[in-house]
Amino acid sequence: MTDLSALETELVNAIAAASDEAALEAVRVAALGKAGSISGLLKTLGAMTPDERKEKGPLINGLRDRVTEALTTKRDALKSAALDQRLQSERVDVTLPLPQSPAARGRIHPISQVIDELTTIFADMGFSVAEGSDIETDFFNFTALNFPVGHPAREMHDTFFFNPDDKGERKLLRTHTSPVQIHTMMSVKPPLRVIIPGRTYRCDSDQTHTPMFHQVEGLVIDKGSHLGHLKWILAEFCKSFFEVDDVKMRFRPSFFPFTEPSVEVDIQCSRKGGEIRFGEGEDWLEILGCGMVHPNVIRNCGLDPDEYQGFAWGMGIDRIAMLKYGMPDLRPFFEADLRWLSHYGFRPLDLPTLAGGLSV
Amino acid sequence: MKFTLSWLKEHLDTAASLDQIVEALTRVGLEVESVEDPAKVLAPYITAHVISAEQHPNADRLRVCMVDTGDGKPVQVVCGAPNARAGMKSVFSPPGTFIPGKNITITVGVVRGVESAGMLCSAFELGLSEDHEGIIDLPADAPVGVRYVDYAGVDDPVIDVAITPNRSDALGVYGIARDLAAAGLGSLKRHDLPPVKGHGACPVDVKLNFATDQKHLAPAFALRLVRGVKNGPSPDWMQRRLKAIGLRPINTLVDITNYITFDRGRPLHVFDAKKVKGNLVVRHAKDGDEILALDGKTYKPDPSVVVICDDNGVESIAGIMGGEHSGCDEHTTDVLIESALWDPLNVARSGRALGINTDARYRFERGVDPAFCVPGLDLATKMVLDLCGGEASEARVAGEVPAPEKIITFPWSEVKRLTGLSLLVPEMKAILTELGFWVSGNDKEVKVAVPSWRPDVEDKADLVEEIMRIAGLDQVEAVPFPREVAAVPKPVLTLIQKRTRLAKRALATRGLVEAVTWSFISKAEAELFGGGKPELALANPIASDLSDMRPSLLPGLIKAAQRNADRGFHDVALFEVGQVFAGDKPNDQTIAATSLRRGLAAAKGLGRHWQGAGALDVFEAKADALALLEALGIPTAGLQIVQCGPSWFHPGRSGTLQFGPKMVVGAFGEIHPRILDALDAKGPIIACEITLDALPPPKARPTKMKPKLVLSEFQPVSRDFAFIVEKNIAAADILKAAQAGERNLISDMTVFDVYEGPGVPEGKISVAIAVTLQPTDKTLTDAEIEAVSTRIIAEVQKKTGATLRA
Repeated sequence: MTDLSALETELVNAIAAASDEAALEAVRVAALGKAGSISGLLKTLGAMTPDERKEKGPLINGLRDRVTEALTTKRDALKSAALDQRLQSERVDVTLPLPQSPAARGRIHPISQVIDELTTIFADMGFSVAEGSDIETDFFNFTALNFPVGHPAREMHDTFFFNPDDKGERKLLRTHTSPVQIHTMMSVKPPLRVIIPGRTYRCDSDQTHTPMFHQVEGLVIDKGSHLGHLKWILAEFCKSFFEVDDVKMRFRPSFFPFTEPSVEVDIQCSRKGGEIRFGEGEDWLEILGCGMVHPNVIRNCGLDPDEYQGFAWGMGIDRIAMLKYGMPDLRPFFEADLRWLSHYGFRPLDLPTLAGGLSV
Repeated sequence: MKFTLSWLKEHLDTAASLDQIVEALTRVGLEVESVEDPAKVLAPYITAHVISAEQHPNADRLRVCMVDTGDGKPVQVVCGAPNARAGMKSVFSPPGTFIPGKNITITVGVVRGVESAGMLCSAFELGLSEDHEGIIDLPADAPVGVRYVDYAGVDDPVIDVAITPNRSDALGVYGIARDLAAAGLGSLKRHDLPPVKGHGACPVDVKLNFATDQKHLAPAFALRLVRGVKNGPSPDWMQRRLKAIGLRPINTLVDITNYITFDRGRPLHVFDAKKVKGNLVVRHAKDGDEILALDGKTYKPDPSVVVICDDNGVESIAGIMGGEHSGCDEHTTDVLIESALWDPLNVARSGRALGINTDARYRFERGVDPAFCVPGLDLATKMVLDLCGGEASEARVAGEVPAPEKIITFPWSEVKRLTGLSLLVPEMKAILTELGFWVSGNDKEVKVAVPSWRPDVEDKADLVEEIMRIAGLDQVEAVPFPREVAAVPKPVLTLIQKRTRLAKRALATRGLVEAVTWSFISKAEAELFGGGKPELALANPIASDLSDMRPSLLPGLIKAAQRNADRGFHDVALFEVGQVFAGDKPNDQTIAATSLRRGLAAAKGLGRHWQGAGALDVFEAKADALALLEALGIPTAGLQIVQCGPSWFHPGRSGTLQFGPKMVVGAFGEIHPRILDALDAKGPIIACEITLDALPPPKARPTKMKPKLVLSEFQPVSRDFAFIVEKNIAAADILKAAQAGERNLISDMTVFDVYEGPGVPEGKISVAIAVTLQPTDKTLTDAEIEAVSTRIIAEVQKKTGATLRA
């Protein structure tokens, strides 16, 4: 049987020497192909006597099995090596920089973000969002809100007017979001709770004023809401909006034609190095105006002020955005400077929620 | 409204400190804007004696002074004032003193080689006046080494309060004292004013020349003559107070009117009687009326302005400003004092029309106390007699002082109803009484008479405010505001509100940065974008380039893009979601969502890049538009994309987005180069505009269940077709025709190649489409697939004239 073991040695060497799959295949064919050396040996089994077969069969089959396995092992090794080689050749420089992803570049303007924040807070208190048009009539912007014709309070509003129409009526750009109070009260039966965010206009332009700005107004009308409730709402709002545990607020009597009593609200803060922080410090910062809806306004909307009552408040969206997020000036809000927008803007998926927090 | 602490104490008997007073003012609604306490600022300044003043050895204009500051150790001071001289008394600031006028702190220094240990000061440096001509020259008898504030009596703190337009009663120090007294800060001093004894009738008559329905313009006019006055400078105490609140003392007669204006909120006027010719007539101005007013300007009042005339013509503009001609000066010996009532609205309107702001107008347009009309005249007369001497005539009162009796029926429960405050009736009653209200009845509901000086109080709510502000808003306790229903809150946003929010987030995720631009643009810009209607033009724009309501967000964004480019940021991707205006009716205002890209600012990346630059073409704009619609959940199956958008787009590189010709929802494309030129912007710029209000609402569905998922067990098959068509055939038409060829089996179609060039005839183009067929009930046989292909090819050939590419 020396020729068997010689054959095995020869094949094993040939397998080991095969440097690629093609060479290995040649070895396989030479051994196990139709005319292969082992195939030839296997064919001789048929002509053998049973005894002979009993003796030689296992030897030849054993040889076949070992060679087959050696082939398989070698093939796997060669495949693996080839793959390694291919992968090596496929190397790329992963340090090459990529462009910033669109979602990383995109920005939401602070005004939009703050409106979303406000809406989130007040929706939880059951407030819906009312809106109105920017172009208003004198009646809705002033008269219905208890601004008497010719009263100095009207002058304080620096109103933008349109040219008079055929009937001599001149429309105007709303100077505040309050006309939406009137539209709401005239169209929705109390009880009602709304906030009214929107764009407002006054012909005034300097360091701290722009001819266009944003306000948010709140309105509650029912049969029992009073200043105590308003105080609570405003305090809760400020804590939630500014994301602080406590705020100190100061309520001062004031005057607005459409509320009586009227109140202005200051919030306590510290100012250090141009940074404003709430819930600490000794300074007071005026943040909003509010009051009980004036009986004349309630009457102007067709309701009885002895039966219905409620309160309203209004504040500058741009202003509270500045206070919360630290923009030093108002004017850049409307200048669309990419540097400013990228810095102060919010990422597209920074969605304010009460569950997850208003800001990241 | 400014006043000094000592002035306040003329009317308020109080032991309260300045800080307590300031705190109380704000608490009751008279918001303190500033407090200047000169005693604090000027404390370090001391009076000093200049012992010697020698020429500085190294400087012509400087002198070296030895100054005695009272401690017997003279200090050396280098001084540049021309009036510095030996023997004079002046004011010295030692090293370490802050100089308000110069915003510096004094140190020991060396001036041109000579040591200087302090400074001799001008009134300007102390912040006391504009005079910096020389150092303060005190009288020879001034003491040395005492605090200048004490010596000069300039230690009176000045308080500036913001008075809301309703509180005309607080435009006088007396009214402020009344509020403080009610707030428990002391007691209001009563000033009993004995009537002035007149000698003979006032020789000048007054006629109020108004039709019956115009009498409210000048309800009453009180006048008195004082003969034989001596009109010099007013006394020191008066000058000091007037200066402290920023008024310039003129002469005693004029100063008295100003003093009473601020003391009592009662404006007055004084005429030099010798310059008044004949009687006074109060009337509407006439054409040709002209007056040189006390501000040195000539005014031509329109006929709605009320004027006071004599035989010379107009002598005064009622309630606003007197005339130069009959004004009082140091030569005045006979003076006519006027205390009148005017219509607030008319004064406001006249003042606006004439462009005159005065302390008198300010008070008259807010409403002065009618009941103080005649007492005000008496007070002025008494002060004139006291300070200028002379003999007064009797008063003459034309018209009638109105005495409206305003009585409000007031249930005390209103206070709790509106504020939540629980106060005891005696407490509330005491507040009203202290403020001058008269309360009658002891029941739950009382009658409250409103004092004549409170024109703003008309309703129960006004009384609630009075009680609340004096009791203190801090007494109002915060009460939790419960939900209307104890339940998880329902969603509150409307469809357009949700879409507006989502549109912003969707566009931002495409790398666009949200801008907020002005709602108004220039007329020329508005016209370029289909706007510029007369009803959308502002009558009083703040600037000519902010004159018309915007019809589109594009002009604002294009200009913003250019501004960024001008700063060196050429690759711009901006968007805005905001209101645009098609007219002045509420429904003409819609919300547009508009994106804009300029330079290398594709969604995939900004600028040049090794993977390929972010170059832009119309399809980037189309991608923005479709991404937005998809994010909003708008089904795009029915969406038609029609070649060519509105006129501001490139006619060959833009499209209109519509759900049928009557439901246009937007457009996209390259901005027309001519438009860019007109806006001074460099392109190309691509943009898309979608009108959110125009988008179809989602279909109402009864449940939140998604439609059942139907999956086919049979494999889809895909077939490719390359059609050669005329170049002007739209790909959409080829796809539409292909779809028409097989209504049921096609599950997807896409254009995978567009080619023109060798192999395709001139003027034609090859469009290759892949059609996916999804059988639902059995596997398709080759014959069936072949049949579908044939139908598709035939239909495309029929509709578009295409031939199948070989």
